[in-house]
Parts: sequence; C-alpha cells; structure tokens
Amino acid sequence: MSFLEVKNLHVEVEDKKILNGLTLSVEKGQVAAIMGPNGSGKSTLAYVLAGKDNYKVTEGEVLLNGKNILDMAPDERAAKGVFLAFQYPVEVPGVATMTFLRTALNAQRKTRGEAEFSTPEFMKLVRDTAAHLGISQEMLRRAVNVGFSGGEKKRNEILQMAVLQPTLAVLDETDSGLDIDALKIVAEGVNRLRSPERSMVVITHYQRLLNFIVPDVVHVMAKGKVVKSGGKDLALELEAKGYAQFADEAA
Amino acid sequence: MNAEVRAIKTPAEQALGAAFAKARGTLPGKGTIAAMRADAFNQFDTRGLPHRRVEEWKYTDLRALMRDLYPLAPSPDPSARERAKNAGKLLGGVECRRLVFVDGAFVPDMSDLTSEPGIAIDTMANALGKGDPLVAAHVGRAFATDDVAVALNTALMSDGAVIRISAGATLRRPINLVFATGSDKPTSAFVRSLVVVEKGAKVTIIESHESGDAQVNAALELVVGDEAQVDYIKITQARALHVGSLLATVGARAHFNSFAFTSDAQLVRNQSFIRFAGEGTKAGIGGVSLLRGKDHVDTTLLIEHAAGHCESREQFRAVLDGESHGVFQGKIVVKQHAQKTDAKMMTRALLLSDQAEADNKPELEIFADDVVCGHGATAGALDPGLKFYLMSRGIHEKEAEALLVQAFIGETIEEIAHEGIREALMIVSLRWLGGRS
Repeated sequence: MSFLEVKNLHVEVEDKKILNGLTLSVEKGQVAAIMGPNGSGKSTLAYVLAGKDNYKVTEGEVLLNGKNILDMAPDERAAKGVFLAFQYPVEVPGVATMTFLRTALNAQRKTRGEAEFSTPEFMKLVRDTAAHLGISQEMLRRAVNVGFSGGEKKRNEILQMAVLQPTLAVLDETDSGLDIDALKIVAEGVNRLRSPERSMVVITHYQRLLNFIVPDVVHVMAKGKVVKSGGKDLALELEAKGYAQFADEAA
Repeated sequence: MNAEVRAIKTPAEQALGAAFAKARGTLPGKGTIAAMRADAFNQFDTRGLPHRRVEEWKYTDLRALMRDLYPLAPSPDPSARERAKNAGKLLGGVECRRLVFVDGAFVPDMSDLTSEPGIAIDTMANALGKGDPLVAAHVGRAFATDDVAVALNTALMSDGAVIRISAGATLRRPINLVFATGSDKPTSAFVRSLVVVEKGAKVTIIESHESGDAQVNAALELVVGDEAQVDYIKITQARALHVGSLLATVGARAHFNSFAFTSDAQLVRNQSFIRFAGEGTKAGIGGVSLLRGKDHVDTTLLIEHAAGHCESREQFRAVLDGESHGVFQGKIVVKQHAQKTDAKMMTRALLLSDQAEADNKPELEIFADDVVCGHGATAGALDPGLKFYLMSRGIHEKEAEALLVQAFIGETIEEIAHEGIREALMIVSLRWLGGRS
C-alpha cells in the first residue's frame, strides 16, 4: 500500500463541485508533482489534505499510512505528519515566530506522546535551519509573517516544515511570487528535506519549480481529477504544449 | 404611560434615599462638604438612577440592572480583615506601596505608610473630617460632570486615599490602592480618592478593585500638573456591581497614560472623564476587558481636548465569551481653541461565542478647524484563516484560540510601561484563557 492514497475523492466548496473522483497514490519517500491549469482543483486538494473547514467531502477517502484522515481535525493530521506549505502564508500579528514554532512542535510531540524539546535543543534546531534558509534572528523574533516579503513568507514555510519534520509535505504553489534567487533558496531548503521517510506533494502551475525540485513522478490534474501521470519529462512536455490538450480529455 | 414623568422610585432608588438620610449626619465633612453632598444627592433624587434613555448610559441601564441597594458596609471587623488578607495579591510580585481599603474603609495595618520624600498620604475620611485644604481645593473639581453615578459618590463618599506628590518628585515604587471586600454579607461602599501630582513629578498609580458580593461606587480624582508624568492603571475584578469613575485634569507638557484592565466582572461600568487643560501633552488611554458568562462590562470615555497641541491615543480591546455583553463608548471633544489636536481612537471587540454582544459607540465632537482626529471600531470573531494556519501546524484548537486572543490583547497590554504590571496582567489573562478549555 502507498503512503498516501486518495481514492475517488469528491469535494464541494459552497455547493460547487471542485474535486470529481480524484485518485492519487504517493509512495513513501516519493516526490510527486501535481500540475494543472488554474481551477483544476490543485489547491483544493492541498486544503482537503490539511483539513480546512468548508471543504465538503461527498465521496471517497484519504488514507495516510493506511488510516483515513478525513475525520481528523487539522492539528491531529499535523501530529500524524501532514504539513501544508501555504500558497499564501497567513500573517499572525502578536505571535512571535519562535513562540509559534515551539508551541507547534511541542503540541505535536505531546499528541504523539513524545517528550517536549528542551529550550536549548529547540533553539539550536531553529537557528541552524534558519541560517540555511537565510532567515535572520531578527525575523525569528518578529510576529509570524508580519512585515515579511513574499519570498520571506515562503522561506518561513520551509523553516516550519524543517522544524516540524512531517512525513507528508504538501507544497501549494510554493514558487508563486518568487524571483529566481528566492526560488533557488526555497528549492534548496526543500531538497535538503528529501528523505526516504518523507513523501512530498509539490503543487505547481509552472514547470520552472521542477527544474530545482526534481520530482519522481508528475500527475496532471484537470477538472478535479488526475488525467495523466508520468515521469519528470511529462512536465517538460506540458511546458511545450500547454494544458489545452487536457481540457477535452476531462470533459 | 409617559416615560418622562417618574413618580415611582425603584427599590434601589428608595434605598439610596434612605441610606443618605440615615448616613448624612455621620458622613465625614461639615460646611461646604456637607452642602456639596446635599447638592449631589438632590441631583440624584431629581433624575434617579441612569437608565437606557440617558444616552451616556444607553447600554447599561443601571435602573433596571441594580435591583436593590446592599446595606452600607460597616467598618471591617477583624474577621472581615482576615477574609481580605489576600488583597492585592494579583500584583504580589510587583514592588509597590500598598494602601488597603476593606469594605471601603482604610486599614492602616494592612498598608504601607512608611515615609518617603515627595509623598504625603492621608485618608479621605480624615481629610474630609478635618477640612483639609487640598481636598477642599480639588474634590468635585478635577472634572465637573453631572453624571448621576458621580453625584451618588459625592453624596455618600466615606473613605479613600488622599495623596499628594510634590513638585519634581520621582517615586520609584508604584502606589497601589487596593479596594477589597471583607464582609461575608452583601454590602455597598462609596469610595472617593484624590491624587494630586504636582509639576514635574513622576508616579505610577494602580487602583485595584477585588470585590466579592458587594456594590462599589468608586471615584478617583486625579490632578496631573504641568510636565508631570503619570501612569494610572485600574484593575477591576468584581463579583457583583462596580461603578468606577476617573475624573482627571491634565496640565501642560505632561505625559499621561491610563490603562483599565477588567476581568471576572459581573456588572462593571468604568467611566473616564479626562480633560487636557494645558498645551503640549501626550496621552495614551487604553484598556483590555475579558468577559465571559453573563458578564457586563461598560467602558465609557469622555476625553476633552481643551488646549491645543496635545496628542492622545485611545486604544481599547475586549474579548467576549459566553453570553457576555461588552460596551465601549468613547467620545472625544475638541474645543474651539484646541488647535493642532491629534487624537486617534480605536476599539476592537473579539467575539468568541455566538451569544456574546459587543456595542461600540465612538464619537468625535470637533469645534477646532486645524486638527487630526480619527476613530475606528471593529467587532468580529477570530479569523478562521488564522486559526486554521495555527491548527495546521499541530496546535490544538483551544490553544490556537488562546494564542490568538493573547496576541490580540497583548498588543494593547504592551503599552503599559511598567514591566511587572504588564507581566502580572498577562498572567491573569492567561489564567482567564485557561479557564475556557
């Protein structure tokens, strides 16, 4: 059995059907890219995996390591290893980044019945990771994402991912709004986290990101389901031909 | 029925009349003070308790809410003092000069009366009784108002603190006026304090109310001299009824900060009347209220810019859970000659439950033509997007809410200059939040 199995998933948002029988498997340690045109349901898939409200699953199931996670609250899923790197990371005024990271990590560990990290241990982990991502100590003291540039927000997502060490990381358009230098820093951060123990779902509209985060497989979504799967070359083919070919296939 | 004609007094109004008739012979102060009491009582007697048709009391209908008057508190006996022994504990970790009042009466052996240069302390009962000139000069004058709650306080004021900080003095320790309940029966108390801070003096004053099943009407008159620097913090925790009035006049080039923290409050009305009477003063007026259950907390402000070139920032936040009801009324008046006034008021209410209600009423009344003034008000639930973001990182729902509420009020509590007080209030807030889960 695959690490993540999405079976025949039907999802509505405000009575509008967005996912339409989506089926997808991601193996342990695999990096799967999901590509597709705007409105194909890529971000909906990301939110449904993370457990956002207002996404009504009408049919199907999502199994993580064999267990259905659809009835779990977002924090329970996080403790089970699910992590969503947001397309638009939220600003959290008044909550310092350090406090946020420590609260999150310890909450997850507590849920899993693990001991809390000691403060020095935790500080070292965060500092080392932040240094790789070019995140300054000053940024860590600031409120989460408040006053951060678009690139800083995306790097902060990767920092959180590195600290929380998920087993399933979903990256929702992590490349959007990034210039090439910022994209490289973020991609390097992600690549450092590649591991046989960690599966990744990399959602993107453009092939560009996949030059830096090279996927093991590529799935194409259109109209709420996966319409084609292949190797990393599929991304190049899409770049050349565009998504128009799938508009008909899914219809 | 005609709403304007009031032939029938409520039981509470009748009881207040009877209490005044009985106590007036023994209340401290003769001559002009006794006359002032009689005048004030007449104001009340003519108008009755404020009710919803009185605009300033629109959301806190005291006539309906105050069913009866508890008997006036007797002097605290040893067992009452014993019950109040933890008074002021909330700020136990903060080094300050504590002056303790139990059931409205000063208790010297629970208070710190050590002498210190620059400060003179007396009790209101004593000062009124002996015709103290400081009291004669200031009582009823810091901010003249026809508010009925203030009039009742003037009529029935029994004790309180009278403090004078000499010109140029800097007091290292905050002064904490602690008003606590000791009686094991329901009682009422009318306390009145006067604090005069002379030119250039610096002081932090904390007024703490920790009342049990008591009705407290507390007024504090504050005179801030030119170039003085005063931080005033009011902490209200009241199991029954608390009506508090700050009556302040602030001189020129002064720094004045006021902060009101209210939690665990069944029925509280805290009203501040503040006049900027001299040019070039900077002021920060703020507060945080935490409400749950059926708590009702009304914060009402009247800020009067009577002199030009003053800057005031009003910043209030309320967190409402359960079926609580929060009220914020803030009125900034800029007099015609108060040019170059810079005043900004912001009030935000955070509703944690569908049954909670927040009423915000900001008002500006501007007679000068060269000013910068603004106000804003918001009321809403916790941002679901923020909550989801926190939960998606593994933080439990209640903890995520607590973190967001903490951040919401923390931004305002941060404005308090004194670190120890800031921390103590954050601890109280965290305990309050902890009580939710």
